[in-house]
Amino acid sequence: MTNDVWITGTGLVSALGEGDEGHWAALSDPARWRQAIDSETFKPFHVHPIRTIDLDRYIPRKGDQRQMGPLQQYGAYAAGMALAAAGIAGNADLLKNTHLVVASTGGERDEALDGQIVASLTEKPDREVLLNEQLSTGLRPTLFLAQLPNLFAGNISIVHGVSGSSRTFMGEEAAGIDALRVAFERIGAGQGDCFLIGSAFNAARRDSMLVFQPALLADAMTSLWHRPTGGMTLGSMGTFLVAESRAHAEARGARPLARLRAVMNDRCRREPGAASANAQRQWDAIAPLLGDAPLGLMSGASGAGPITGEERDFLERRAGKAPLAVRGTAAAIGHGMEASFLANVILAISCVGRGSVFPALDPDEPIEATAASGVRQAVVTGWGHWRGEGLALVEAV
Amino acid sequence: MGSNTAGRPVAITGIGILTSLGRGRAENWARLAAGTSGIHRLTRFPTEGLRTTIGGSVDFMPLEPFSAPALSHAMAREAAIEALAQSGLGEPQAGRRRFPGELFLAAPPVEHEWPQRFGLAHKHPGGASSYDDLLDAAKQDSGALHDDFLFGTIAERLADEFGTSGSPITLSTACASGATAIQLGVEAIRRGQTKAALSIGTDGSIHAESLIRFSLLSALSTANEIPQGAAKPFSKNRDGFVMAEGAAALVLEDVEHAKARGATILALIRGCGEAADTFHRTRSHPSGDAIVAAISAAIADAGLKPEDIGYINAHGTGTPENDKMEGLGVQRVFGPRGETLPISSNKSMIGHTLTAAGAVEAAFSVMTIQNQLLPPTINYTPDPALPLDVVPFTARKATVEFVLSNSFGFGGQNVSLVIGAAP
Repeated sequence: MTNDVWITGTGLVSALGEGDEGHWAALSDPARWRQAIDSETFKPFHVHPIRTIDLDRYIPRKGDQRQMGPLQQYGAYAAGMALAAAGIAGNADLLKNTHLVVASTGGERDEALDGQIVASLTEKPDREVLLNEQLSTGLRPTLFLAQLPNLFAGNISIVHGVSGSSRTFMGEEAAGIDALRVAFERIGAGQGDCFLIGSAFNAARRDSMLVFQPALLADAMTSLWHRPTGGMTLGSMGTFLVAESRAHAEARGARPLARLRAVMNDRCRREPGAASANAQRQWDAIAPLLGDAPLGLMSGASGAGPITGEERDFLERRAGKAPLAVRGTAAAIGHGMEASFLANVILAISCVGRGSVFPALDPDEPIEATAASGVRQAVVTGWGHWRGEGLALVEAV
Repeated sequence: MGSNTAGRPVAITGIGILTSLGRGRAENWARLAAGTSGIHRLTRFPTEGLRTTIGGSVDFMPLEPFSAPALSHAMAREAAIEALAQSGLGEPQAGRRRFPGELFLAAPPVEHEWPQRFGLAHKHPGGASSYDDLLDAAKQDSGALHDDFLFGTIAERLADEFGTSGSPITLSTACASGATAIQLGVEAIRRGQTKAALSIGTDGSIHAESLIRFSLLSALSTANEIPQGAAKPFSKNRDGFVMAEGAAALVLEDVEHAKARGATILALIRGCGEAADTFHRTRSHPSGDAIVAAISAAIADAGLKPEDIGYINAHGTGTPENDKMEGLGVQRVFGPRGETLPISSNKSMIGHTLTAAGAVEAAFSVMTIQNQLLPPTINYTPDPALPLDVVPFTARKATVEFVLSNSFGFGGQNVSLVIGAAP
């Protein structure tokens, strides 16, 4: 007998705004979400940046804010939002037994220093010696801490007092899926009953664009589902959820936002059809859990080809069998890498909470044509831009 | 899942070790037991002008060009091959390996390094002075700047080569990462989700910038004159840790599964404990509460009492702060017995292998039990503030059934493991 897993709090901040209401309103209004895209600052790349964020709300101490770069700030902010929504914030006894599982990448580099060093040293024969000198004087010790992936979690522990345990997963999209998966599996098996799970992504930084460059869209915006290899538009976001065993939530009188029924993740070498085969196994596994009502589907398709096209074709075949309201959310919110899957889980929770799915983000795309009402369950997919294929199922309680 | 019994022991059926002391568990153990130091002057890059010029780099696996993820991958791979061969699981059949379980990898953070940046800048017409220039130059790249520098790449390549099942997990809990990789494997086996797990810790990230970063935090020893003497855990004159590289792999296995196939069980993971410290980004709360919580949780998870622990494989970095707090934690958990309970630090010889340390030291803990021999703490000068039996200078024969292995890290990470003798 495994324990039921309830989601009792969510925190989401992105280019589209904050929280359930803010995101639903923006996703329902194409003019609004289109306006949130910045196609100028990082030309030729498009970015979905977080423009304004009132850090004081969830990171009250200025000293804490200064210790973090934007990536860690988005995370600590969304974590605070989720803890508040779940009614855990400030409750020392609960926080002491809350386990933190995050997916994080490294924090921001000092772009100005890097630029200065490549400008002055690249062609110097003794550049390695000179590099020692420039780094020794130019690097700021606090910046190093803001760059360590596990300090993302460390800051959340410090700011919000979460001290049950702290684990950081790394590895792009799959890391966010596995963070939720492992928490789900541990709750199910009684290895902990209250978890704070989350991630964040800062799209507005050139050091990470340099890594993802081959997969970034460098042309005019076109349909998410039909782009070339370079098809991603990155989106900044902070994404956190509180997941509990049903017994734990009931004992403290917490109300569920949704029930998490399944989280799965796998990998393959991405030979044509291999990702679809993984996805097919996952759909077979959740088949006994699916009801008759129309199903919402929040796709984590990044926009990078050819894998986004393969996912589109796979979902089209699924939609031929039962009503499926697919939304490729990266079109509106951007692709949030480690945070992408969790953002989509939070949007899926919004859908099952309302019993509907927001309007098509790509009205010309047949797989997004279904408008759904009476939605009680929603599937989330997370096919990484390079590796990893994950799936979650949430349902109304 | 009824199989999740807290404290259910998990078998270790294979280990592989690689450090600055050498390749493979036999060579590493022999040199560790002899009190040999692997610390030396760094030659991988010029050290002119640096406050610290020594380390425990692994120099016998030359990679051109060097990058932290490339070396971390190469070492993890070699350690895994040794561990798998010992366990008999995941051995090649018709050229393919299929390890019957999941992969948990503790690996260092990944980013482009200076050779990549300089390489791009050199390619940019007229030179480069900004990331926009580097992005422009990267348009010509073959894709290696992407594939080789994702955080998930090392685990992806290991999963592909060893045929592990499911989604491989790459994790960081800073200097406790190796222990967390083991803990995740133990949990997955205890909940009956997998019969085996491959837990690896690897770290090959000594380059100029990483050394300078730790140096700027005043975390590193600057005792450069005699490199072998620089790592001095628990000593009065300790002045910081010595950065080092290495990897260890452990094949974890459901005990019944191991018995059924007739595998040799080397030792058992009996308990895991963890706690997050909310006090400060780089320091423990002065009370030592989180350290005490992690150690106590590991002992409780093992179904044991403090008096059952016969030896502690210390985190023992050699920083003034860590050793003081670890000493306090030992005193609080073990009481007066803490003064006579043997506790030694492998880091006095191999340096601090950072992300890999928890796995490397767990593997050495297994060999400590197998050999009934406590490896020493070398370079020791007693510190009256830390009344501990650190097994100074020479290894000591002992009867030891249960070892406590501690791992603590920046960001308030505290993980302890209890490793017990094979049944």
